[in-house]
Amino acid sequence: MATQVLMPALSPTMEEGTLAKWLVKEGDVVKSGQIIAEIETDKATMEFEAVDEGIVGKLLVSEGTAGVKVNTPIATMVEEGEAADAAPAPAATKAEAAPAAVAAPAVSAPVAAPVAAAGWPHSDLPEGVPTKTMTVREALREAMAEEMRADPTVFLMGEEVGEYQGAYKISQGLLDEFGAKRVVDTPITEHGFAGIAVGASWGGLKPIVEFMTFNFAMQAIDHIINSAAKTLYMSGGQMGSPMVFRGPNGAAARVGAQHSQDYAAWYSAIPGIRVCMPYSAADAKGLLKTAIRDPNPVIFLENEILYGRSFEVPAEGDFTIPFGKASILRAGTDVTIVSFGIGLTYSLQAAEELAKEGISAEVINLRTLRPIDYDTVLASVMKTNRCVTVEEGFPVGSIGNHIGATIMQRAFDHLDAPVINCTGKDVPMPYAANLEKHALTTTAEVVEAVKSVCYR
Amino acid sequence: MATKKAADRPNVSKDELLKYYREMLLIRRFEEKAGQLYGMGLIGGFCHLYIGQEAVVVGLEAAAKDGDKRITSYRDHGHMLACGMDPKGVMAELTGRIGGYSKGKGGSMHMFSKEKHFYGGHGIVGAQVPLGAGLAFADKYLGNDNVTFAYFGDGAANQGQVYETYNMAELWSLPVIFVIENNQYAMGMSVKRSTKSTTFYGRGVAYGIPGEQVDGMDVLAVKAAGEKAVAHCRAGNGPYILEMMTYRYRGHSMSDPAKYRTREEVEKMRSEKDAIEHVRDLLLQGGLASDDDLKAIDKEIKATVNDSAEFAKDSPEPPLEELWTDIYA
Repeated sequence: MATQVLMPALSPTMEEGTLAKWLVKEGDVVKSGQIIAEIETDKATMEFEAVDEGIVGKLLVSEGTAGVKVNTPIATMVEEGEAADAAPAPAATKAEAAPAAVAAPAVSAPVAAPVAAAGWPHSDLPEGVPTKTMTVREALREAMAEEMRADPTVFLMGEEVGEYQGAYKISQGLLDEFGAKRVVDTPITEHGFAGIAVGASWGGLKPIVEFMTFNFAMQAIDHIINSAAKTLYMSGGQMGSPMVFRGPNGAAARVGAQHSQDYAAWYSAIPGIRVCMPYSAADAKGLLKTAIRDPNPVIFLENEILYGRSFEVPAEGDFTIPFGKASILRAGTDVTIVSFGIGLTYSLQAAEELAKEGISAEVINLRTLRPIDYDTVLASVMKTNRCVTVEEGFPVGSIGNHIGATIMQRAFDHLDAPVINCTGKDVPMPYAANLEKHALTTTAEVVEAVKSVCYR
Repeated sequence: MATKKAADRPNVSKDELLKYYREMLLIRRFEEKAGQLYGMGLIGGFCHLYIGQEAVVVGLEAAAKDGDKRITSYRDHGHMLACGMDPKGVMAELTGRIGGYSKGKGGSMHMFSKEKHFYGGHGIVGAQVPLGAGLAFADKYLGNDNVTFAYFGDGAANQGQVYETYNMAELWSLPVIFVIENNQYAMGMSVKRSTKSTTFYGRGVAYGIPGEQVDGMDVLAVKAAGEKAVAHCRAGNGPYILEMMTYRYRGHSMSDPAKYRTREEVEKMRSEKDAIEHVRDLLLQGGLASDDDLKAIDKEIKATVNDSAEFAKDSPEPPLEELWTDIYA
């Protein structure tokens, strides 16, 4: 009986990939475990093995095809004596259960499509500026490379940033350009290397510390807060810590409780540090360049799911985004949705759905959480009289709580409804796909919250 | 390992001995005064006195050159005075006044001097070890030949980040000298009660870092060991560990009655091993100074310390605007 070979998911967040190379041809006899193809993800080129022995029937996807969705049939395997084009067996039901659909349910937007093609009028770039399409990953890399070219005291350190080219490929190519002195592979000792980086910042350097994920930075949080954030104050202004701590933050997909946590509210509680949480590639590039130049310690919270998404980024010049300046991704009149980072994915999807029902939502991208651009939020709320906040972090002591309290104190008379905070649920992140989906905030919840504050 | 014998000592000049005498005495008198001011309520919070350990910082500073850096824990007054920071600024920080090194915002445990390359003053036990290695990382990166002295106690020597740092410091050949001030008590816990393997200098072996134990009550032995360690680091050979066997005469902090050790034990150290008395004896017995010479120095030091106390009392409290400054650069 013929069977289908499906495009495999090769990382927790992979939704599609490039079928780089077939290592077998139709009619070949393959053994179980034999490498039959090379598949490129946005992070790496992986070898793909045959699960069962058999004969290659048809190669359904040709070499070099990009954007092949996970679970797409890429070949058929037949048994001895079967015709090469024998109809495949129960693959249809398999495809229906395609894990990609549940693995990252929050991400229904086309991943590789540029912003304009996504149908959201949410470019916040200055008009008339020539742009290029790039992924968040590429934007982060370009920001670091540009700043490292401009300032010899800037260096990158972290686990796998050098020879491995980055656990998430953010630092790909930097070792080749800048050498091992400036792209420093560290052992797996977050507490130690974070301390070394803070000391180096006092010694005249501008370190960029990459945490493989911010979950691991909890090992180092003493140095981030007690050593980096407080020293300028404790020294009466004599010495600060000009440095960046960056890496993926928040939930990826199906990686469980210890690897899925949003630290936005944690770090934003601390005076002495700046906190950035970019959404788009332009945010990522402009904010990271500002962060590297900033004389203060900056927490730069990235998101693994956003790494592979493409956006428009100014093509020329020295593009930076100032801290404390929110952008309005989508103008509206009925309600203000305040979000940041991946929360904007839900916010923008919700705004699109709400528009179909005649509700005009204004979507604000905070971009930095310390400082927060209160003025933009308050001006919008004074216009719409309603507000919903959206984030993936835990509900208690969330950024949304703080925004809500601020609006209450400074714009109480403008509110026509209580502010609703859409957040992650008050539970450790579960592994099961359906539970994980509900543990995060959802587009449906944002839509419901907006309808609630609009009394619809 | 045997501690340094008198016979190993380098020849030492009268001027050097007088310098060490003066510097160690300044620390002791300063700390005694700080203890008094604490008793008067002029110094608040935590105040960890360095009395008894003076030879460690004075001996190592004698081995340092301009540009070298130092960083330590919260028991930091001695380190600041030894590297040439102004006693007035240190004392005024203890009293929380605007004339203090941190404008009164740091306190006893958190003082810094960029000018003197003193990088604190850290209240989290062991944190200064990777921070110190980071200072050395910067010097190596910038291509100068400075070294960093990272001081920590026998208590910190059991922290995990110390060993993370040992590994990276040796891996990257960082010019850092790890100075373990083994005063035998981590707050109230003796080394014997906290630690099975008590030879802290030997723990570098696992990381490829050479180390030695030194009589930390003998300023000349400290200086000699410091010079050796500095030479090792400056030549690009990576880190070095010096375990200074020393003793604190006072409690861990002002509120510590030190019931975990006997009065006899303290008295024995004071009478047999005191670092200042040791240099005093060398000066007098060697005919290098007279009683009167030393009395004159005592008087001069007393005046310096009294001046610092007066300054620290007279300096105003920081204006309220200072609450909101120095949070961001």
